[in-house]
Amino acid sequence: MEVAVVLLIGLFTTVAVYLLLSRSVIRMLLGLTLLGNAVNLLIFVGGRLTRAVPPLVPANVYVPEPPFANPLPQALILTAIVIGFSMFAFLLVLGYRAYQSLDADDTDRMRLAEPEGGPNPPLSY
Amino acid sequence: MPTELALTLIWSLPFLAAVIAMAMPAGARNGEAWLAGTVAAVGLVLTILLFPQVADGGVVHSTITWMPAYGLDLAFRMDGLAWLFCVLVTFIGLLVVLYARYYMSPKDPIARFYALFLAFMGAMLGLVMSGNIIQLAIFWELTSLVSFLLIGYWYHRSDARDGARMALVITGTGGLALFVAMMLIGHIVGSYDIDVVLASGRLIAEHPLYPVTLILFLLAAFTKSAQFPFQFWLPNAMTAPTPVSAYLHSATMVKAGVFLMTRFWPVMAGTDMWFWIVTYGGLATLLFGAYAALFQRDLKGLLAYSTISHLGLITTLLGMGTPLAAVAAIFHIANHATFKASLFMAVGIIDHETGTRDVRKLSGLRRSMPFTATLAIIASGAMAGVPLLNGFLSKEMFFTETAIYDPNVFVNLSLPIVATLAGMLSVAYSIKFVHGVFFGPEPTGLEKTPHEPPALMRRPIELLVLACLAVGIIPGITIGPYLAAAVVSVLGGDTPYYSLSVWHGFNLPLIMSIIALLGGVAIYVPYYRRLRGIDGDPLLRGLRGQRIFERLLITATNRWARKMVSVFGTQRLQPQIFIVVLLALAAGVGAGWARMGNLPLPSSFDPVLGLVWIVGGVSALAAAWQAKFHRLAAMILMGGAGLATCITFAWFSAPDLALTQLLAEIATTVLILLGLRWLPKRLPVPEDISIGMRLRRYRDVILAAAVGLGTGLASYAIMTRQAPEGISEFFLANAYTEGGGTNVVNVMLVDFRGFDTLGEITVLGVVALTVFGLLRRFRPAPDSADRPEQQRVQADFAEAQGSANVAADFLRIPALIMNWMFPVVMTVAIYMFLRGHDLPGGGFIAGIVMSLGFILQYMAGGTRWVEDRLRILPVLWIGWGLLIALLTGLGAMALGFPFLTSAFAYADIPLIGKVPMATALLFDLGVFALVVGATVLMLIALAHQSIRRPKPASTPQPRKREGLDTWN
Repeated sequence: MEVAVVLLIGLFTTVAVYLLLSRSVIRMLLGLTLLGNAVNLLIFVGGRLTRAVPPLVPANVYVPEPPFANPLPQALILTAIVIGFSMFAFLLVLGYRAYQSLDADDTDRMRLAEPEGGPNPPLSY
Repeated sequence: MPTELALTLIWSLPFLAAVIAMAMPAGARNGEAWLAGTVAAVGLVLTILLFPQVADGGVVHSTITWMPAYGLDLAFRMDGLAWLFCVLVTFIGLLVVLYARYYMSPKDPIARFYALFLAFMGAMLGLVMSGNIIQLAIFWELTSLVSFLLIGYWYHRSDARDGARMALVITGTGGLALFVAMMLIGHIVGSYDIDVVLASGRLIAEHPLYPVTLILFLLAAFTKSAQFPFQFWLPNAMTAPTPVSAYLHSATMVKAGVFLMTRFWPVMAGTDMWFWIVTYGGLATLLFGAYAALFQRDLKGLLAYSTISHLGLITTLLGMGTPLAAVAAIFHIANHATFKASLFMAVGIIDHETGTRDVRKLSGLRRSMPFTATLAIIASGAMAGVPLLNGFLSKEMFFTETAIYDPNVFVNLSLPIVATLAGMLSVAYSIKFVHGVFFGPEPTGLEKTPHEPPALMRRPIELLVLACLAVGIIPGITIGPYLAAAVVSVLGGDTPYYSLSVWHGFNLPLIMSIIALLGGVAIYVPYYRRLRGIDGDPLLRGLRGQRIFERLLITATNRWARKMVSVFGTQRLQPQIFIVVLLALAAGVGAGWARMGNLPLPSSFDPVLGLVWIVGGVSALAAAWQAKFHRLAAMILMGGAGLATCITFAWFSAPDLALTQLLAEIATTVLILLGLRWLPKRLPVPEDISIGMRLRRYRDVILAAAVGLGTGLASYAIMTRQAPEGISEFFLANAYTEGGGTNVVNVMLVDFRGFDTLGEITVLGVVALTVFGLLRRFRPAPDSADRPEQQRVQADFAEAQGSANVAADFLRIPALIMNWMFPVVMTVAIYMFLRGHDLPGGGFIAGIVMSLGFILQYMAGGTRWVEDRLRILPVLWIGWGLLIALLTGLGAMALGFPFLTSAFAYADIPLIGKVPMATALLFDLGVFALVVGATVLMLIALAHQSIRRPKPASTPQPRKREGLDTWN
């Protein structure tokens, strides 16, 4: 039983959600990255955990004999890791630009479009 | 010409021409008119040539297969009814094109007009020729959409915008109802094919779902054909240019509703529900429209209400359910289109030549525009139902049908009485139109001196009025065979005997006609002075559908929306995320609670993993702890958490994942190290934390822990269950035999799921370009532009000591090693790439390795040093990568295989040995190049911040490019 993985997923998720609930953009960014890790692991678990049988077809064999690691979640996660990386890069730069343009990394202070106490849209057209 | 081709041309040419029209130069009025006119004329000729094939109930088909398994094809069919409509659409379209050439001002954006006009023609033709009921609903919506754009053609006017929006909301809602109705019909009949549906007999009418289907179906027809209580959008749509009104709102689009009812008449009509709703809905519209038309001062408004009234007449006929009534309905559709289109055009001419459509200002125009007056008077006669004009014939048929004895006393009395009353009113408003505009004293106070329009502008009206006369005097020869074809296509074997002759003897319908004519005169003559000055009817003026509609719209979309926002919304992001997470948790618990079952207790514990877990968990927790005030520490700790994930992958037989994760972690760390400097400076730790904040944090921790617990439990539950039979077996079995690689994961990425990967690398490229775009012209804030504090302190210290500045030689030895490592890293990248198909590696991994090699040089030598020696041009890498991947996919298509099919062989490369050379490798090369380009672009974009001068505090920033921006 790979309880450790379960604990890791649970812990990652907890920390990720806590960070996501923060007001600081950078903390949210960290939370998102961690959440990516947790979800990747969760998908990985979905393919069941197997030791020492990577999905490589051995030499001189056309079709591998079971048991073999499930390649499907692996392919999905590989995609997810790369997308996760680019997402991180994008958000980092976006946060940086937001900080420069709005002088805030606190989401409550990013109020350019809807200033606090601003007028409501008109009631009729 | 083959029939199928003709059918395809009829509906597709207008769309094609619409695109061309849009692209034509702004001033090409004649070119646009020629284009649109040619398309309409070709459509008309093709349609007419098809007549022999549909004359005796024949049906012509053309099907383009799309999803046969779901019964969804692009199917077109033409029978008598569709033929009649196609002729109306193309013929009147042709005339309107000619008319619009003179009507539209050179200042109007003419390309848009003709493009939309042609698109509408295509949509309408597609609608009437649809051989598939879902497709019919789609063309139906298309007509609504294009009509929205046409009504709002002069979008600088607020009344045009309002009218367009109202028309769209109402007809669009009807379209949605139609879509559902069509799906219900498809469900009942078991096919979406219109032939099957029409041949289903009483199946629909006797099905338990019939009432729902009928209501939705009629909602569509009534909204489109402006039937009571949805009639109010049509008068508001009169803000459209007059050619549009003449085309859409008299001849074609509003006829779509009655077309729909006629089309499905054989299978939907004949029930009590149909009779009551359709007949009396139509009758109410007939009476209301005729009544309201009498009190309009805007000539187009008068015609709009008259249109509503005539559509009500057609609807009433369709509601009655007798075959003869259906004949009369089809006949009146054609008649109304001819005389109403000509009247709209006449009003357009009056508007054009006098500058007003207000009946109070106009009078006596017969002197200044005698030809137009004569034409309009004849067309009005047809509208009023004067003998020897086409309107008379179908109105007589209508009177005949209403006068038939019905056992129900209410029906027996109400139908003929209301019909006669509406007839009287329609005579009265026709007289008002003719008398008010063309007779009486010379008009005074007009903006322009009225005169006859160009002869060609009048030509369409002349043709239409000629048609009115020809049909009215010799109906049997002119329209007889075509009407017969349309009637047979609807009624099939039930086609009754009907006579189109002008004189049927002195009978009850004739008496009703005479009463209507005399009554109309009797209504108009005593009151004409008062009718002239009035705007809006005295009885129902206060109760305006438009007002109610706007109230409803404002209430629903503004008041309620605001209330919802104030109740459920918040202007802060955190509560929103909290709610989202809470809902996700609730959904997860709801879904998982019952299925959790018994979870066996863990039986063993892997010490290695335990250690990994401790490292990863502690890293994650510590990162959260440090995240606010020690970012660097937090980021490094995040790397620890990532490594734990990486080791987990490696431990459980996922070498590719472990490699990718490791490299992505490295790239992330580099990114952070580059970017961290520009992020906001940390704030001092606040001394006192309020109780509210503390409580909020506890609340967040509790929610986070609950989510974590749930996710952990879910993963444990998954782990303790047997894996289901999935598609993984397929990949394992076919990776080598079909894909030619032994690394199953890589084969999946570049071969089996290559399309996915193509999408993914596209996303990656877009993200990189976005990052580049965000940072390209951007300078850091002044407070972060200086050398970092530590270096400054060190430099000061060195200066004070009189020793060499250590900061200047920062990282000299590691930098040298990094320089030397460059070829090694390149080699590793190529090695990783080449072995990827058979062993862990591949385009993604190699790409990140390669880009790390580049970025190492940046870190070692600095931006200027590297760019003096090496031009990387990452955008080109991205472009080539995407191009190679796409071309590989297209290459397969060129050879007749589906997109991205791969082929493989082994090739001997000297020194390296046998290398698998699948086309998938070529695809992987594209992936590799793109990943290199994207990663390097993102990293360099951040790195370049450090060599830009900071933004001056307040002086405006010059727009010129810095010399150092030339790296791309």
